[in-house]
Amino acid sequence: MALLEVKKLGISFGGLRAVDDFTMTIEKGDLYGLIGPNGAGKTTVFNMLTGVYKPTDGSIWLDGENITGRSNIEINKAGIARTFQNIRLFSNLSVLDNVKAGLSNHYTYSTATGVLRLPKYFRIEKEMNERAMELLKPFELEADANVLASNLPYGKQRKLEIARALATQPKLLLLDEPAAGMNPKETAGLMNTILTVRDDFGVTILLIEHDMSLVSGICEKLSVLNFGQLLCQGPTGQVLSDPEVIKAYLGE
Amino acid sequence: MAFLDNLINGISLGSIYAVIALGYTLVYGIAKMLNFAHGDVIMVGGYVIYTAMSSLQFNPYLSVLMAICACTILGIVIEKVAYKPLRQATSLAVLITAIGVSYFLQNMALLIFGEKPVSFKSVIDIPNIKLFDGQITIKSETTASIVISVIIVIGLSLFVNKTKSGRAMLAVSEDKDAAQLMGINVNRTISLTFAIGSGLAAIAGALLCSTYPVLSNTTGAMPGIKAFVAAVFGGIGSIPGAMIGGLLIGVIEILGRAYISPQLADAIVFAVLIVVLMVKPTGILGKKVNEKV
Repeated sequence: MALLEVKKLGISFGGLRAVDDFTMTIEKGDLYGLIGPNGAGKTTVFNMLTGVYKPTDGSIWLDGENITGRSNIEINKAGIARTFQNIRLFSNLSVLDNVKAGLSNHYTYSTATGVLRLPKYFRIEKEMNERAMELLKPFELEADANVLASNLPYGKQRKLEIARALATQPKLLLLDEPAAGMNPKETAGLMNTILTVRDDFGVTILLIEHDMSLVSGICEKLSVLNFGQLLCQGPTGQVLSDPEVIKAYLGE
Repeated sequence: MAFLDNLINGISLGSIYAVIALGYTLVYGIAKMLNFAHGDVIMVGGYVIYTAMSSLQFNPYLSVLMAICACTILGIVIEKVAYKPLRQATSLAVLITAIGVSYFLQNMALLIFGEKPVSFKSVIDIPNIKLFDGQITIKSETTASIVISVIIVIGLSLFVNKTKSGRAMLAVSEDKDAAQLMGINVNRTISLTFAIGSGLAAIAGALLCSTYPVLSNTTGAMPGIKAFVAAVFGGIGSIPGAMIGGLLIGVIEILGRAYISPQLADAIVFAVLIVVLMVKPTGILGKKVNEKV
């Protein structure tokens, strides 16, 4: 069974049809790319998948469960986490606390336990610290654990966003332009990190990206959106050599 | 000695302002709204204690506990009924609603308890402290206000910075949507914020009414506004800022009353606020926000 099935998804904002009849299937363990020119509706698809927008038509199935129209918290609980095109870290929290905020749902103690500092509070906070440090490791952020997120260099902020999303223990991780603003060297490092994350954490990854070196370098399958509609879908090599795709990107 | 006496009274009043200001600052910091009904929750707390002690003959501590519970619930209900439906509305709409809630509470109290102020029996029964061979007396209410406010500030700082719920509050204060997408329940976090803020208002009510033992339906209004000034003064959104702001406003008010003019004391407080905002618009401990371009 596919991990994610998107069936005839569509959304209208007033008279504007932002995404129409979009269908996509992602298998467990895939590293899947969603590409397309600016304004094609890629981030809108992400917003529908994560419950930020409610789709007007169609349905979204995660692991055989219909999650269409659920709230963003419920969808996160069901197993989808994301990063953002414009970085949205909790910038006045430390790197460690950002990840711990993502861990909230998996480590529970009551507010009263926290106020009274019962032994359980110390035990669980310790477990959370250890888990958060483990999550920082693949991103080489352990040394920065106590730095404020806003003081991290840009590339590290992008990595921290991925670590924070992973903290919510997703089945499917959505990365919205993870390489945006990175130099070629940083992008190469990021590609390795993404592959490591997929293999070590066993998550399936769907990413939006404009950087073709990253897309052709690590994505196994692609969907191409153009003006809100699916233009082409399939294995990366095949999609990138499709004349329609080349035309959409480069013009006639 | 008279100066020392005034200073102690100022610190005492300032500690009460600090406890109220903490509620303002907490709600503003996390829910990004000015809860102008906060002062009136203090008054409700006062009436709960008064009723529990005079009509139900409860002991003072149990009465305060009852007031804390009642105000906590009231805070949650106010948020659910009045503010939550406006989560996406402009801040002006929320502000006006808050003023509406404030008048609602005042008039409900007027309806139930009448317009005649009642005299409030102090809930604090610890001995007065005498210093310098009895030249200076530190009243039990003063001691209680200072000790309790310090405990609250330390406890609240630890809670916000060191616990899971506190971390959720900080995350929500920075970016509600991102927090939600990371699995943090924003509605519950905001409810919790109002619960804590209103619980603190009940404690402030107990201290305020014990120190100035007259209670009417507008008792909370002026201290509420001054505590708001204190919160802005210290840097709204900052917990230590609320404490510092509260103490300064209390001391300025009492010293102004004693040495400048009793009639002008309130005006002096607000004049100080204006000067501070001109010199340092974010308040004493407020963070400077650098807009990226």
